[in-house]
Formats: sequence, structure tokens, C-alpha cells
Amino acid sequence: MTVTEQGGTEAATGQPLVVLDGVNKWYGDLHVLQDINLTIKRGEVVVVIGPSGSGKSTLCRAINRLETIQKGSITLDGKPLPEEGKALAALRADVGMVFQSFNLFAHKTILQNVTLGPIKVRNMKKAEAQDRAKELLDRVGIGHQADKYPAQLSGGQQQRVAIARALAMNPKVMLFDEPTSALDPEMIAEVLDVMVDLAKQGMTMVVVTHEMGFARTAADRVIFMADGAIVEENTPEEFFTNPQSDRAKDFLGKILKH
Amino acid sequence: MDALVDNLDLILKGFWTTIQLTVVASIAALLLGTVLGTMRVSPIPPLRWLGAAYVEIVRNTPLTLVFFFMVFVAPQVDIVVEFKTSAYVALSVYTAAFVCEAVRSGINSVSTGQAEAARAIGMTFSQSISTVILPQAMRSIIPPLINIFVALTKNTSVAAGFFVTELFASGRDLNLRHPSDGLWFLGGVAFFYLLITIPAGIAASQLERKVAIAR
Repeated sequence: MTVTEQGGTEAATGQPLVVLDGVNKWYGDLHVLQDINLTIKRGEVVVVIGPSGSGKSTLCRAINRLETIQKGSITLDGKPLPEEGKALAALRADVGMVFQSFNLFAHKTILQNVTLGPIKVRNMKKAEAQDRAKELLDRVGIGHQADKYPAQLSGGQQQRVAIARALAMNPKVMLFDEPTSALDPEMIAEVLDVMVDLAKQGMTMVVVTHEMGFARTAADRVIFMADGAIVEENTPEEFFTNPQSDRAKDFLGKILKH
Repeated sequence: MDALVDNLDLILKGFWTTIQLTVVASIAALLLGTVLGTMRVSPIPPLRWLGAAYVEIVRNTPLTLVFFFMVFVAPQVDIVVEFKTSAYVALSVYTAAFVCEAVRSGINSVSTGQAEAARAIGMTFSQSISTVILPQAMRSIIPPLINIFVALTKNTSVAAGFFVTELFASGRDLNLRHPSDGLWFLGGVAFFYLLITIPAGIAASQLERKVAIAR
């Protein structure tokens, strides 16, 4: 077995981790997810791109049931998503999520933001949780700001803390819902660097983003969505150089023009 | 003046009862109201309906009617308690409906992203409410809560009509016995109500400032 490109072999041999089967969702008459079939393997980095309103965020949020679906099934590590309740909470603990608007707990310090989940949900000892949180904060480059409150940090720093908070739960998969869309250009890089590192370390990731550079460097696969459906999926290289559908050609033409 | 001084012990006794009614009903209403407010934002629809029904029924009923129900109707189904206990229950049940709405609007003032983040790290609904949402909601819950507790303090006087000799009843009874000194009793009673409500207001605004900084 030869490794031809980074992460490629691992992804090819990985077992299915997240499986979406015939997923449909409607907002009233609006069909926001249309027959989505998608299998994400362990260790795979899947980037979801597409125009606004294409359903990519909804798809991402459906994976940990922040959005409910009306038809089809979603399984995580072989288990179907439970209904609202304790079982769902337990599942969400295994799925890290990073939001566009960071959503750090405003009344908690940076350190507390990262330790809250392990202490409350995983019943970890406080000292142990703090040690681990400091490690993670160092890893994302925020270690020296552990005692500050979220509002005292820049957007890029907050988003890196949000990544550390999600990692503190030892998730099986990380969901990123447009993690850099609310950031100034110079802060985007610092967040993407952390995400690229994470991808290199073999984390399974679903990333909804407009960052084509990230898709090119870190993705194993690109999913292109439009009008609630998956229009095209391919390796980043193939997708960007040789898009098949008119919809994707049109989209890439617009975003790569400027 | 002399009549007031001579009967101060009676006034003080009534005042003490008023304090008891206020404190017990405040605590009970705060607890019950918080539970109801949480029910109103619960993911389980029947809990939401129950909370909403409670608020709509109790909040839109005159307090006198709630007292009437506790004192005259409840005994007919063999619930016989002291008049003072009935007053505790009536005041708590009534005030809880208002606390519920203050708590609910406070919870709604916290951005939905906070609740989503809490759920995303695996917190249950009650964990996310108690550790993430309510602490942040306090800022916007406290101001309306002050109004509610001031109203409760004054509402305790309704108990006077239902056989509880609290502050207002003491003043009323003294007035009947010494009608010529009525104004003194009235003033005395009003003064003691202010003795509760004004310090409570000051304490609450200090608390409000403290919660605002903690953010």
C-alpha cells in the first residue's frame, strides 16, 4: 500500500461514520433538503460548498439534529439519531460543532467554556478538565488568555476557543458551519490553520465553507449543493479544475472571477 | 399619634405577618415561576401547553378570586388548612404566573446560539437552562422581578379580607376601635409597607448592577 496523498489512504480505508440516507426536509413548501444520500468515512474531510440558500448549513446542522428532518435517516457510527432527550444529548457529546457566530458562553471565562462540557456532560474531575483545556487552548494558540471572557477576544480568537471547546469532548466527528464567514480576512487564516492541523491529525470533519483554499488543501472530497440537493461530489482537484454540472461551473465562475 | 404609639405592638404583629407572607410567597413564587417559565420553553409540547394554560388562567384572574377559591372552595373538597396557609398558597400561585412570564422573556432574551452551543456539547435541556441560559437571563429577569415583588408586598393586604391579621388588617381593626385616629393608623400602615418595598428596591438594583458586570 502506498500513500499517494495526505490523508487519502486513511479515508479510503475508513469505515462509514456518518450516513445520510434519503434525507428530506421542508420548511413549509420550501424543500430545503432533497433526497440527500451521503456517507462520511472515519478520518475523512468533507467540504460542503454551494450558493446561499442551497441547504448546506441545514445539512450540517441536521447531522447533530439541531435541525430535524422529515424523511430519511441519519446514522452516526451505526446508530440512528435518537429523538429529543438524554440519548440525543449523549450523541451530541460525540459530535463537535463549530458555529458561524462562535456562540461561546458569554458569562463564562475562556477556560470555563472549554471545561464546562467535560465536567457537566462527561463527569470529568475539574482539575483534569482544566489540564486538558489548557492543553487544547495552547494547541489553538489561546493558552495565555484562559481567564478572559469571550467578549474580550477577537472573532478569530473566539472561534479558535470554540474549536477547543468542541475538541474537549473528544468528538468522533467535527461539524463546521461556516466557521470563518463572520471573520475579518486576516483572522480567517488563523482559524483555517487550526482546521488544517486538525484535518492532518485525522479528525473526521464536515466543513460548510466558502473558503475554496481550505477545500483545495484539506478536503478529501467536495460536495457541491444547490437548491437543497447534492449536485456534484468529487475530489477537490477534479471539482475545481473540471466541474461537471452547469450549476457548479456557473458557481465557480462567479466566485473565482474576483 | 398616641393611639398609634400605644398600639404599636399590634401594628408590629401585623407587620411581621406581612413580612412572612411576602418572604414565603416570594420564594415559593420564584421557584414555581422558574419551573413554569422553563416549561414554557421546553422541547416537550405538553409541558409548554401546561405552562401557557397556567399563566393564562392565573394571571387573568383577580387575586381576590384566587383567595376566595383557596379559603371557601378548597374546604368543600376536604382541603382544610389554616387561613394563613391559604394565604401563602394563594399569593404564591398568583405571583408565580407573573414570575413565569418574566423568566420566559428573560430566557428569550438570550441568543438561541447559546442554547444551541450548550446542546451541541451534549448538555440536556435542564443542564443548558441551569448552567448556560438562566445565568445569562438574570440580567433581564431582575428588573421585572422587582416590580413583581413590590406588587406582591402590596397584594399581601388582600389576605386581610380572608381572616389573616396582617399589617393592613391590624390598621383596619385599630381604626374601627379608634375612628378619630384613623389617619395615624393609615399613615403608620403605609410607612411599614414602604419599609419593605423601598429597601427591596434598593437591594434589587444593586443586584442588577452586579449581574450586569459579571457578564
